[in-house]
Amino acid sequence: MSPRHAEQVALGLMVSGAFLALSILFFIIAVIMIKGLPHVTLRFLLDNPMDMGRAGGIFSTIVSTIYLLIVSLAFAIPLGVGTAIYLTEYTVEGKVTKVIRFGTECLAGVPSIILGLFGFILFVIKLGFGWSVLSGGISLAIMILPVIIRTSEEAIKAVPQAYRDVNEVLGGSKWQGVTRLVLPNAAPGILTGVILSIGRGIGETAVVIFTLGTSLRTPFSIFDSGRSMAVHFYILAQEGISMSNAYATAAVLVFSILFINIFSYYLMHRFVKGRT
Amino acid sequence: MSASAAGIRRKEKIIQRIFLVVAFSSLFSLFLIALFIFVEGLPMIWKVGLKDFLLSTQWSPTRGHYGIFAMIVSSFWVTLGSLLFGGPLGLMCSIFLVEFASSRLRAIIKPALELLAGIPSVVYGFLGVVYLVPLVRDYLGGPGLSLLTSCIILGIMILPTVISISVDALVAVPNSYREAAFSLGGTRWQTTYMVTVHAAKSGIITALVLGMGRAVGETMAVIMIAGNALKIPTSPLDPIRTLTSNIALEMGYASGMHRQALFATGIVLFFFVMALNTIATLFARRKVLK
Repeated sequence: MSPRHAEQVALGLMVSGAFLALSILFFIIAVIMIKGLPHVTLRFLLDNPMDMGRAGGIFSTIVSTIYLLIVSLAFAIPLGVGTAIYLTEYTVEGKVTKVIRFGTECLAGVPSIILGLFGFILFVIKLGFGWSVLSGGISLAIMILPVIIRTSEEAIKAVPQAYRDVNEVLGGSKWQGVTRLVLPNAAPGILTGVILSIGRGIGETAVVIFTLGTSLRTPFSIFDSGRSMAVHFYILAQEGISMSNAYATAAVLVFSILFINIFSYYLMHRFVKGRT
Repeated sequence: MSASAAGIRRKEKIIQRIFLVVAFSSLFSLFLIALFIFVEGLPMIWKVGLKDFLLSTQWSPTRGHYGIFAMIVSSFWVTLGSLLFGGPLGLMCSIFLVEFASSRLRAIIKPALELLAGIPSVVYGFLGVVYLVPLVRDYLGGPGLSLLTSCIILGIMILPTVISISVDALVAVPNSYREAAFSLGGTRWQTTYMVTVHAAKSGIITALVLGMGRAVGETMAVIMIAGNALKIPTSPLDPIRTLTSNIALEMGYASGMHRQALFATGIVLFFFVMALNTIATLFARRKVLK
């Protein structure tokens, strides 16, 4: 085979690979939307599930999902952003940062089912929180922590060194520099990471099913159990309760995830543009 | 004046301490996870015996048999199989994106492919059941819920991991390498496979290994499409039960020794994943250049 021939064959192969991967993505989105969206009505969104989800809507699962995300972000944002601030502002690269980074990488690799087991034994059983928004929220927070650390670190690193120098020259303390210069300037980047982790949290099932539980009631207290949209979809589909409601729930899930991802991509783009 | 300066300095010290503590949160979580999984699972392994636990294929908790060998084998095959589907496809996408696509095309395709990571695993599992399982059943035989089906779906699910890391590795190869190859008369493809891919080798291996880590840990999609049968698969069309699905399937009703056995299954899974992560970190540390 002549080099030019090989070039064409290789290019054809690479293009078809990329094309195949893209078509899988479009297939997934198209199928879920086409089969699900017609069933998504305002009543579907605002009615509570009835008869185990055979009838009615998904209102309580939407509330559970949002509640769960708020609680997990309340834990993950301070810890994640704090870690990023420490790594970038309060220390120099060395053994400690290496260990922290390695721990974060490992945590990111822990399978969600293990996190589910852990959350179940520690929060649900040992600490007695039961299946609850609190148990689910902390467990999910551990899952998204690495994402928030990584994106916040990058956002903070992108703040020009000159800002910090000026702060020092003017006699500002490190804390003043961090709160008044570094964080406000890194905020859009941090927000992008937060939004990305919301996207991951919405779709998570294995962690949530063992910590938040599967109750279809609307949770009010932080100690109430609930059922997230993803778990609801899983149960509807796996137990064959209602195909049309399963598709409709999936459509709401996928739609919100698409929206969140595209929004965070847009934010990141604006953030990067603003920098240059 | 000096008193207040000392005050500020003390405040700064305290703040730094607080941040140091916060910074250990992820490491601390990791430690707690390992601790609780081990504390719950290890006593059971002592009782049953490591050999009987790991190497017996008998799993029937009601009768006191706790052998997970079939699941270890299944997890192994499904991980390898998903790499077989996701690895080449992911590499083709990455090479296309970095070496062949224009930067405008890349700016559209790369985020689109990253969206694949956002699709919940339950949705992959569901679509696998509805579309892929009947295809496999009708054209290849068997129950459709099988090792092969799981490998294909997991292969798709690890694509974003494989692509994003190998793209980074390829981008990191200095352009001077490519220019040197071009100037020696190499075509774009010759340059790619003789020079660029070679230089990015360790990054690409990291990508593949981390993809395997994703595959071995995936749970919900596998439960839906693997068939969950308790035996060592003899053909790709056999239904399988992986370590992860064993935990998730029985956790809902397990108690006592049975629950401990599921945590012990978690320990084995933990070892698998940590081994893969360590390999990936080792390869990632070796720099792009040689």
